[in-house]
Amino acid sequence: MITTQDIQQKTIADLFDQYPFLPGFFEENTLEVDGQINEKLDDFLNILDDEEEKENRAMDKAQVIESMAEYITQMLAFLGEDEDEGVNSITLLPGTNKSGEKEQFEELTINKSEIVCIVGPTGSGKSRLLADIEWVAQNDTPTSRTILVNGEEGDKKWRVTSGHKLVAQLSQNMNFVMDLSVYEFIELHAQSRLVEDVEGVIQKIFEQANNLAGEKFSLDTPITSLSGGQSRALMIADTAILSKSPIILIDEIENAGIDRKKALELLVGEEKIVLMATHDPILALMGDRRIVIKNGGIHKVIETSGDEQNLLSELERMDNVIQNMRTRLRHGEIIRQEDIGF
Amino acid sequence: MNLVTVSGPPSSGKTAVILKTIDSFQKRGLEVGVVKFDCLYTDDDVLYEKAGVKVKKGLSGSLCPDHYFVSNIEEVTQWGIKEGLDILITESAGLCNRCSPYVKSVTAVCVIDNLSGINTPKKIGPMLKSADIVIITKGDIVSQAEREVFASRVNTVNPGASIMHVNGLTGQGAYELSTLLYDEKVEVKTLVGEKLRFSMPSALCSYCLGETRIGESYQMGNVRKIDMEDKKKKS
Ligand SMILES: Nc1nc2c(ncn2[C@@H]2O[C@H](COP(=O)(O)OP(=O)(O)O)[C@@H](O)[C@H]2O)c(=O)[nH]1
Ligand SMILES: [Mg+2]
Ligand SMILES: [Zn+2]
Ligand SMILES: [Zn+2]
Repeated sequence: MITTQDIQQKTIADLFDQYPFLPGFFEENTLEVDGQINEKLDDFLNILDDEEEKENRAMDKAQVIESMAEYITQMLAFLGEDEDEGVNSITLLPGTNKSGEKEQFEELTINKSEIVCIVGPTGSGKSRLLADIEWVAQNDTPTSRTILVNGEEGDKKWRVTSGHKLVAQLSQNMNFVMDLSVYEFIELHAQSRLVEDVEGVIQKIFEQANNLAGEKFSLDTPITSLSGGQSRALMIADTAILSKSPIILIDEIENAGIDRKKALELLVGEEKIVLMATHDPILALMGDRRIVIKNGGIHKVIETSGDEQNLLSELERMDNVIQNMRTRLRHGEIIRQEDIGF
Repeated sequence: MNLVTVSGPPSSGKTAVILKTIDSFQKRGLEVGVVKFDCLYTDDDVLYEKAGVKVKKGLSGSLCPDHYFVSNIEEVTQWGIKEGLDILITESAGLCNRCSPYVKSVTAVCVIDNLSGINTPKKIGPMLKSADIVIITKGDIVSQAEREVFASRVNTVNPGASIMHVNGLTGQGAYELSTLLYDEKVEVKTLVGEKLRFSMPSALCSYCLGETRIGESYQMGNVRKIDMEDKKKKS
C-alpha cells in the first residue's frame, strides 16, 4: 500500500520515474506540470490551496494526494498480477428457480478454454444467470446461487473495481461510438490496460480481426465506418487479446461477414471461459455443454454428444449452401438445383 | 431511514437506474421515496409515481439547482421520515459541473454514461470525483473496449469509488446496486450540522441580481474576466 507520506515529499520527476503510469493521473485530473517537474509534489500542489485556484478547479489538496496514493496502490496491484493467479475455472452451485424449487444440477464447473451455451426462452432467466456470475453471487442474489472462482469463494474485488471485471460482454447491438481509426482505437485500449508492447498488440489484434472478417479492412479505417461483420471481428479480436476479464459472454453472433468458428477458436485459444447465449444450432453445437434455463432456474445441463458433433459438419455444409446462394444473388446470378447439392 | 443522493449529467440515465433499483427494493418489501430536484422542468415525478413510490419535486428556477438542493435537503429528510420511508433517494440533474450536492455522511452516487465521451470524466468536478459509487450506463450500445477505457478514466479521477455498470433499460446490475445502497443498520434522523463534501462557490455578480445590460460599468460584485493574453501566465 502506498500512503500519502510515501509520495508527498518526492519530486514529480522522481514519481513519474518510479510510476510510469502516473502522468495519466495528472492529465485526467487536469494538473499541468510544465516547468515544475523538479518540484516536490507537496509544493506543486500548493497551488490548489490558493482560494482562486480552489474555486476554479474544485479540488482540494489533501483529497488529490489521497486519491493519488490510492491510484498508485491500485495500479501497482494491477501490474503485479500474474497470469497464473488468473481465473482457471468458475463453479456454479445451485439456487432456486422462480417457484422456489432447487435447480436441477449439483455442481457445474467451467474451465478456461471451454465453451458453454445458454439456451431457454426469453425471460427465462438467462440474464439473471449471467448477472449472478458477474456479481460472483454468494447466496445473496434473488436466485440464491453461489459462484466459486477457482473452486473458492469469490473475492468481492470482482464486484466493483474497474480493473477487475469478471465478465466481458459482446452482443449484437454494440457499436463503436468513438471517432478514431482502427489503429488509434486499439492503441487507446492498450494504453488503458498499461500494456508494454503497444505496437505488437495492435498488430496482433489487427491481424486476428482481419482473419475473422469476411471483408478486409486497414489500420486507418475509421472504426465507425466498419461493416457489421468487421466491427464484430474487431470487437472479438480486441476482447480476446486485450480484455483482462477471464470470462467472455457472447449474446449471439450473427452469421454475416464474420467467421464464427474462427472467432470462437480465437477466444478459446486465449484461454477464456466462453459463455454464449444462442439458439443458432451451429453455435450451440460448437459448445462443449449447454445449460437449459427454465422458469428462472437451471433445468438441465446437456453435454454435446458425439452424435450431435457429427451433425455439426452437415449443418455447416447446409449453412455454406445458403451463404453461397446469398453471394450468387448479390452478384445477380441465377439460383440452380445444383447449388443446393443434396 | 436511509438516504441516498443520486446526481449526474442530464440524460445520463439517473431516472432509469433509480426506477430499476426501486424494483429491487420493493421486492424486498422496503418503502421507498424519491425527491426530484431540477431547474426549470421535470416529468420524472410522474414516472416515479407510476412506480408506486412517494414523490416530491422541487424546481430551483433562478438558482443553481445544487444550491437549492442544500437549502432544502433537511426539510426533505424530515418529510421522508414522517412518511415512514425505509429509503429516500434524491435525484438531481447535475447541471452545474462546479457544484455537487453530496453531503459527507450521505451515500453519494454519480450516474454517467458511456456515450458521453472519454474526456467527460475529467470535465466533471466534485460530482464525479467525490462520489462513493459511480454508475456507468448505456454499456449495451458500445463495445467492450470502449466500456473498459471509459471505466478506467473514471477510476483515474476517483480511484476510491466503487464503479458499477448498470443498464437503465434492462435493469442489469440494478439488483446488485440496491444491495450497496440500503443498510438496515443506518438510521438518518437529521442532517443539521452535517457538512457538504465540497464547498459551492458563493459568488454573486450583477447578473445574478437581475442586471441585463452588457458592459464593464454595469458589472459589480464578483466579476471574473477571461485571460485574453496570448501566453498563459505561469505562477
Ligand atoms: N440504451 C440504453 N439507454 C438508456 C440506459 N439508461 C438510460 N437510457 C435511456 O437514456 C435516456 C435518458 O435516461 P433518463 O433516466 O431519463 O436520464 P436522466 O436525465 O439522467 O434521469 C432515456 O431514454 C433512457 O431510456 C442504458 O443503460 N442503455
Ligand atoms: Mg431524470
Ligand atoms: Zn452551481
Ligand atoms: Zn451571476
